Amino acid sequence: MAEVLVLVEHVDGAPKKVTLELLTLARSLGEPSAVFVGNGADNAKAKLAEYGAAKIYVAGDGDFESYLVAPKAEVLAQVVAATSPAAVLIPSTPEGKEVAARLAVKLDSGLITDAVGVDDGFVARQSIFGGAFNVSSTVSRGTPIITVRPNSTAPEPAPAAGAEEQVSVALSDAAKQAKVLDRVTEKKGGRPELTEAAIVVSGGRGLGDGSNFALIEKLADSLGAAVGASRAATDAGWYPHTNQVGQTGKTVSPQLYMAVGISGAIQHRAGMQTSKTIVAINKDPEAPIFELVDFGIVGDLFNVVPQLTEEIEKRHSS
Amino acid sequence: MNIVVCVKQVPDTWAEKKLSATDKTVDRESVDGVMNELDEYAVEEALRIAEANGGEVTVLTMGPEKSVETIRKALSMGADKAVHLVDDGLHGSDALATSYALAKALGTIEHDLVILGVESTDARMSVVPAMLAERLGAAQLTFARKVEVGSGTVKIERLTDTGYDVVEAPTPAVVSVVEKINEPRYPSFKGIMAAKKRPLTTLTLADAGIEADKVGLGGSATSVGDVAARPPKQAGQIVKDEGDGGTKLAEFLASQKFI
Repeated sequence: MAEVLVLVEHVDGAPKKVTLELLTLARSLGEPSAVFVGNGADNAKAKLAEYGAAKIYVAGDGDFESYLVAPKAEVLAQVVAATSPAAVLIPSTPEGKEVAARLAVKLDSGLITDAVGVDDGFVARQSIFGGAFNVSSTVSRGTPIITVRPNSTAPEPAPAAGAEEQVSVALSDAAKQAKVLDRVTEKKGGRPELTEAAIVVSGGRGLGDGSNFALIEKLADSLGAAVGASRAATDAGWYPHTNQVGQTGKTVSPQLYMAVGISGAIQHRAGMQTSKTIVAINKDPEAPIFELVDFGIVGDLFNVVPQLTEEIEKRHSS
Repeated sequence: MNIVVCVKQVPDTWAEKKLSATDKTVDRESVDGVMNELDEYAVEEALRIAEANGGEVTVLTMGPEKSVETIRKALSMGADKAVHLVDDGLHGSDALATSYALAKALGTIEHDLVILGVESTDARMSVVPAMLAERLGAAQLTFARKVEVGSGTVKIERLTDTGYDVVEAPTPAVVSVVEKINEPRYPSFKGIMAAKKRPLTTLTLADAGIEADKVGLGGSATSVGDVAARPPKQAGQIVKDEGDGGTKLAEFLASQKFI
């Protein structure tokens, strides 16, 4: 079977969920191999093998932590040159897309981003214009490079050999131009990342004040969810711009999306319309968000949200 | 410090966007075109850097004739001159082909920095800045929420999921900026009048040395197959809160196994 490369996205070696999703997806298309760049491969190998990686290419010795994007593209280009894979799958995260971009130029190969699925023959399915159209695309030149959105495939274990192959890379000077001087964590830990989360709870204009995001956070925490915000809320300075869901913010596609006090303008819908299940709480029965929902409550969020949070906590503890 | 700011005309953010029935490219005729919103931040940032450090700001756009409206807007905000890459042969270029054409056009303009918005609101791939850096052999400083220019270096705060990275590189560099990096200025009346007199150069494929078979639909490395309007979502259940809305919602979530 043809080899399909999957770029591992990891934190100090621990593979992110999207990596396991991509390995699962790659199994339906060929034989998955993982490409691991950076420190901590020993923490990753068991997991990558468990989810089907027949081979694991490891590029560990290099000052990868000090540079962004370009070194990963160089490693991938080298592995592609050595293995002639059928395709390369990369998580559709901001950095993943940039790695894919540079790889596409290096290989003069077609790039498809933001796939929500990949079918036989590497036909990528995308949802465009905020979910208004479903499109299938193919790469017509070179090695298909496809970035796949988190939450597109349910990860399923299927143990494979996970044979390690070391890749030694001499990074080019061009890849070392942009140097990372510092990495700053601003957000308190604990909540999942917005684009990776299975459940997202977002708040909007209806909250009326930034301090009321505490209600959203409490509801999110009861569900183990990430917190999002509409543009109205981030524009007002109620919540950090990094959490903005929408056309000019993040695109999310979780299993469950809860829109609280969000009317659902196109700007917002473009960032969440492909969520699997959508619920909304809004006091305006005419709010466009209700056109999208599986379940909606017309009511005052200040009554509904605390009651909902309490009910969820009660069910969890019983 | 000479700066080129790349801007794109896109269908109005608030309009219903469509694909052309004939060749499945973005339908740019049936809707109003506006400057890509994120590029407004790029123009503003370029102007601020030039105002503080000296140097010229050149606007570069690739797109059909009517993109000149977007060039005018950038000039009326204060850019010094503009280059419009316009040729029927470019129609349907994918990201790889676009980055090739832009890199060629950039080759005709002296620059230390290239600044772009982090993505366009129509295609939303967010890959052209990285592709340009790769093609130009320039440093990639993308997703900037803050840009500081030193002598021969540029330092940015790169937005990440958990905070930001401080990244520094020598010039020349390609910088992409995120929303909210600044507050874009509105063109003043004086600016609008002055814009009419600023130099605007038009480049064809041949002028920029672009090989015709590497751009357009034919020169692209991807092709669009089936296109289908998303089936309308089945109407969901809407319940009016009668004091038990939170409980009803919890019951729904439980029925769907979320709790």
